[in-house]
Amino acid sequence: MSVDKDTVRRIAKLARIALEEERVEPMVNELNQILHWVEQLGEVEVAGIEPLTSVVAQRLKMREDEVTAGGDAEAVTANAPQREDDYFVVPKVVE
Amino acid sequence: MTTPNAFTLAEAREALKEKRLSSRELTEAMIAAMAASRPLNAFVTETPEKALAMAADSDARIARGEGRALEGLPLAIKDLFCTRGVRTTAGSRILENFVPPYESTVTQNLWDAGAVMLGKTNMDEFAMGSSNETSYFGPVENPWRAEGSNKKLVPGGSSGGSATAVAADLCLAATGTDTGGSIRQPAAVTGIVGLKPTYGRCSRWGIVAFASSLDQAGPMTKTVRDAAILLGAMASVDPMDATSVDMPVPDYEAGLEAGVKGMRIGIPKEYRIDGAPPEIDALWHKGAEWLKAQGAEIVEVSLPHTKYALPAYYIVAPAEASSNLARYDGVRYGHRAAGAKDITDLYEKSRGEGFGKEVRRRILIGTYVLSAGYYDAYYSRAQKLRTLIARDFAQAFEQCDALLTPATPGPAFAIGEKTADPVSMYLNDVFTVTVNLAGLPGISVPAGLTKEGLPLGLQVIGKAFDEAGVLRVGRALEVAADFKAKPAAWWGA
Repeated sequence: MSVDKDTVRRIAKLARIALEEERVEPMVNELNQILHWVEQLGEVEVAGIEPLTSVVAQRLKMREDEVTAGGDAEAVTANAPQREDDYFVVPKVVE
Repeated sequence: MTTPNAFTLAEAREALKEKRLSSRELTEAMIAAMAASRPLNAFVTETPEKALAMAADSDARIARGEGRALEGLPLAIKDLFCTRGVRTTAGSRILENFVPPYESTVTQNLWDAGAVMLGKTNMDEFAMGSSNETSYFGPVENPWRAEGSNKKLVPGGSSGGSATAVAADLCLAATGTDTGGSIRQPAAVTGIVGLKPTYGRCSRWGIVAFASSLDQAGPMTKTVRDAAILLGAMASVDPMDATSVDMPVPDYEAGLEAGVKGMRIGIPKEYRIDGAPPEIDALWHKGAEWLKAQGAEIVEVSLPHTKYALPAYYIVAPAEASSNLARYDGVRYGHRAAGAKDITDLYEKSRGEGFGKEVRRRILIGTYVLSAGYYDAYYSRAQKLRTLIARDFAQAFEQCDALLTPATPGPAFAIGEKTADPVSMYLNDVFTVTVNLAGLPGISVPAGLTKEGLPLGLQVIGKAFDEAGVLRVGRALEVAADFKAKPAAWWGA
């Protein structure tokens, strides 16, 4: 499988990454080079093999459902590029 | 007496305990070396004032007889670990001004053990790289140069700043993280020891996430003993990381000198790759001979799916990265582009400007392999390959106690040499990446020099949670290799 310019524009949109038009063509080539290389996985028979989702055999731990952190709006918003009081500021989203 | 900069962690611990040296003197020596090393670009942020304050506190504790495991010992911290009040960039423009309001569990463990922080080390952006050339803050230079050459070499990556800081004696030891080889590969090409623990041994909380099922923190040190000391302090079970394991942290130093007599060491035949320099194969053979001479039995084993590990990794890791890095939105923290016309434009511009080339490339690959219609062909297949790779290791460990392999396919290469071809860059991790996919512990130990005088490492891979065994075999290699070479301090230390 390989990607074309429209596919690259589409996945850049999905990933919310602005890609300048002159970067589209080189990105097509780079991605195809990588995709072509990973295609060798197609050689392997994987019928009946379960995907590995956890390398360590352990059950996810349970804990009490209680608030352990929070109530510190100052710390949470301290790194915001734009804030007002305890709020993050973004361009208008509702007309 | 050796200058304090050249001390190992164990030697400095001894010197402080016996009051031959104060933490302040030791820390001042490191700060001076760090400042003189700026041509190497090993640090993104130096924290000399914090270091001196921590050293003063340590000296007071030592005077009161209350010294802890790492009391007064100056360390460098990879800039992927969040440090409260100290800028943490992950080597990215998008986090250029990010000051965490919290501390990672691993670094908190180190400060609780009395360690001193010298600064934050440079790294590939979001740990995506094998040469430290993708950092927004510029490449790190390897302190080693080939004999008779002034060519600038890479220190490996992604923990390249930490590797250079340890190799150039700018700190006693450093922390690193390893997703596909990012501790062991730079350790090998800078002539130091690097240990990636079993997945779950160290908490990932507060470490900027790259690929969550693969990421693991570990020590980068001058000796195998130092790796044992540092890992003992870094490891813990942590309620903030559900994948951290609830197992006691053993005293890793205790069994270090137990030797390899009676151990069975596996040599995986698939790690002999075409096109690898003959020196790599010769060193590997020598390593097996060293262990045999110390009483180990050498057995040939097979890991048949080895060649598929790297391509599987370059599906799984970008897929997880594309998801993890979705959090950088230009709203809550991090870089925000100016002049966005709406919220989508704000996301796209902020991320387009904030992420570098390699990170953008990997996010796009990850987005593609997870997108509708391609998930089964790529992601699901790669996860099945992971099962086969883990099974290969499980079967090999029925015949042996640990595996011996080369650490890298070659020595350090020149800055700029491999940046044009992503796949050739990815191949640097061919011997290390299998270990991450299976979640196992692995160590790289300096074992020799190329004929040009550049360091090479050997890797020991162990069973899950057998860091003690990995360290013991690593120590046996270290004894036999007797690697004493140091880079010439051309940068004016």
